Amino acid sequence: MTEVKTIQKANIDIQKIRTDFPILSRKVNGKPLVYFDNGATAQKPQQVIDAIDNYYKDKNANIHRGVHTLSQEITVCYENARSTIQKHLNAKHSHEIIFTSGTTASINLVASSFGKKFISKGDEIIISAMEHHSNILPWQVLCEEKGALLKVIPINDSGELLMDEYKKLLSDKTKIVAITHISNTLGTINPIKEIIELAHAKNIPVMIDGAQAVPHTSVDVQALDCDFYVFSGHKLFGPTGVGILYGKEKWLNEIPPYQVGGGTIKTVTFEKTEYADLPLKFEAGTPHIEGGVGLAVAIDYVNEIGLSKIAAYEHELLIHATDALQKIEGVKIIGTAKNKASVISFVVDGLHPFDIGTILDQLGIAVRTGHHCTQPLMKRFGIQGTIRASFAFYNTIEEIEEFIIGLNRAIKMLK
Amino acid sequence: MSIEETEHEIIEEFETFDDWMQKYEYIIDLGKSLPLIDGKYKTADHLIKGCQSQVWLHSEKKEGKVFFTADSDAIITKGMVALMIRVLSGHTPDEIMNAKLDFVEKIGLTQHLSPTRSNGLVSMIKQMKMDAIAYKAKN
Repeated sequence: MTEVKTIQKANIDIQKIRTDFPILSRKVNGKPLVYFDNGATAQKPQQVIDAIDNYYKDKNANIHRGVHTLSQEITVCYENARSTIQKHLNAKHSHEIIFTSGTTASINLVASSFGKKFISKGDEIIISAMEHHSNILPWQVLCEEKGALLKVIPINDSGELLMDEYKKLLSDKTKIVAITHISNTLGTINPIKEIIELAHAKNIPVMIDGAQAVPHTSVDVQALDCDFYVFSGHKLFGPTGVGILYGKEKWLNEIPPYQVGGGTIKTVTFEKTEYADLPLKFEAGTPHIEGGVGLAVAIDYVNEIGLSKIAAYEHELLIHATDALQKIEGVKIIGTAKNKASVISFVVDGLHPFDIGTILDQLGIAVRTGHHCTQPLMKRFGIQGTIRASFAFYNTIEEIEEFIIGLNRAIKMLK
Repeated sequence: MSIEETEHEIIEEFETFDDWMQKYEYIIDLGKSLPLIDGKYKTADHLIKGCQSQVWLHSEKKEGKVFFTADSDAIITKGMVALMIRVLSGHTPDEIMNAKLDFVEKIGLTQHLSPTRSNGLVSMIKQMKMDAIAYKAKN
């Protein structure tokens, strides 16, 4: 890669940032890696890698259990991580932060535990047409179990929610609304504040799937007033296998535990178990300790750069890539919402996304191809799949130019 | 020509390519020239679902040998399918069942056979062998 330009407007030191991510200097198929699959998972800065390394070299012990020094040290470390996440989301209490294995696990927890207590026959659950399968299936399973109904907010051709239709769907039967903050396929940023307000006006709780949002934007759960907010660590430059469920204290106290076992209890007899207080009630078994610790380090890293700077920089990348793609004959961008994160899905006339992805891979360019775990959304647009380029703050204008050259080459080869 | 001989022939062809571009251009050409599968076989029954690309496969047995026709919605997958058909079609069920197909590794295209690739090709090879087993069982 030649000299990396700094986007002046966004004012972030891209050269320095790139050196923090060791993987960015590797080659793929003999070419410098251009990593545009950040929507699937983000790369990790050295600081996060060091935290995981250091955990095993110097800190490994089980948490919340031992009287010995190592156990106490790592318990403090893990609970500090929880506080870091609490502050990052501006949650009221640190016990409102539940460690899970990821977004999928968090949604399954909410659907299962909330569903057990609050969903019965004839009730309705609202999701949207742009949900990831992970925010469809848990609700679908719950509906089948309880005889409840899944209602879907439709979208327009730009990939924006039809808010009037949403208003019509909200009824006395609605028991929960589960919506993505940012679409993984389209990049659409949904008006979640308004969505939450409209639901709350009818006393309906709202769960927000923030998997794609947390790497790009700051989230204030109290300002949003959302009831549940879920995300994964690995898309936020943290380790894989760790995720977060934020829940309002009130709800977390009301809903039953999801998985039970070690750590979730106060007392156990064969007749009756008294469960532990929050957050341990929802954290059965030995958790992904280094994952939680690493995630807090990732959050500190992101905050040091500043999420508003990151958002501004990524917006520049998005605009540049969108302009360049629109100039290529036969390219159609899927998802043209006014309010978009740095995710671009597109199709090329007469060509299969898989073929384009394969050629780009030969050029060292990593994009995602396929249905992106949003098959109902693909059906809505009448397509089998797309090619998706999703950017992080360590990507550059030069990489976008490489990608455009590669795409033109792929089109030429395949046509 | 035996299965091994065809594999060897393909390996020799690929040795003449200088870079990945030539290799993929060749596969793309193969994909474009794969004889069309009869429309009546392009049904859900014949569809091998991959996560990314789809493959339709039809087989029939004539004079003790199994013949395959296939199609895919992705051209590179189709080219790979054409290679598989060139190697396996026209052989006895036993020969097909026992084919190791290590030419794929030798021509540097193993990534297309990795389980993560999900392009339908791994499933297609499995189906070709299953068909061969089924024909053998019928005898």
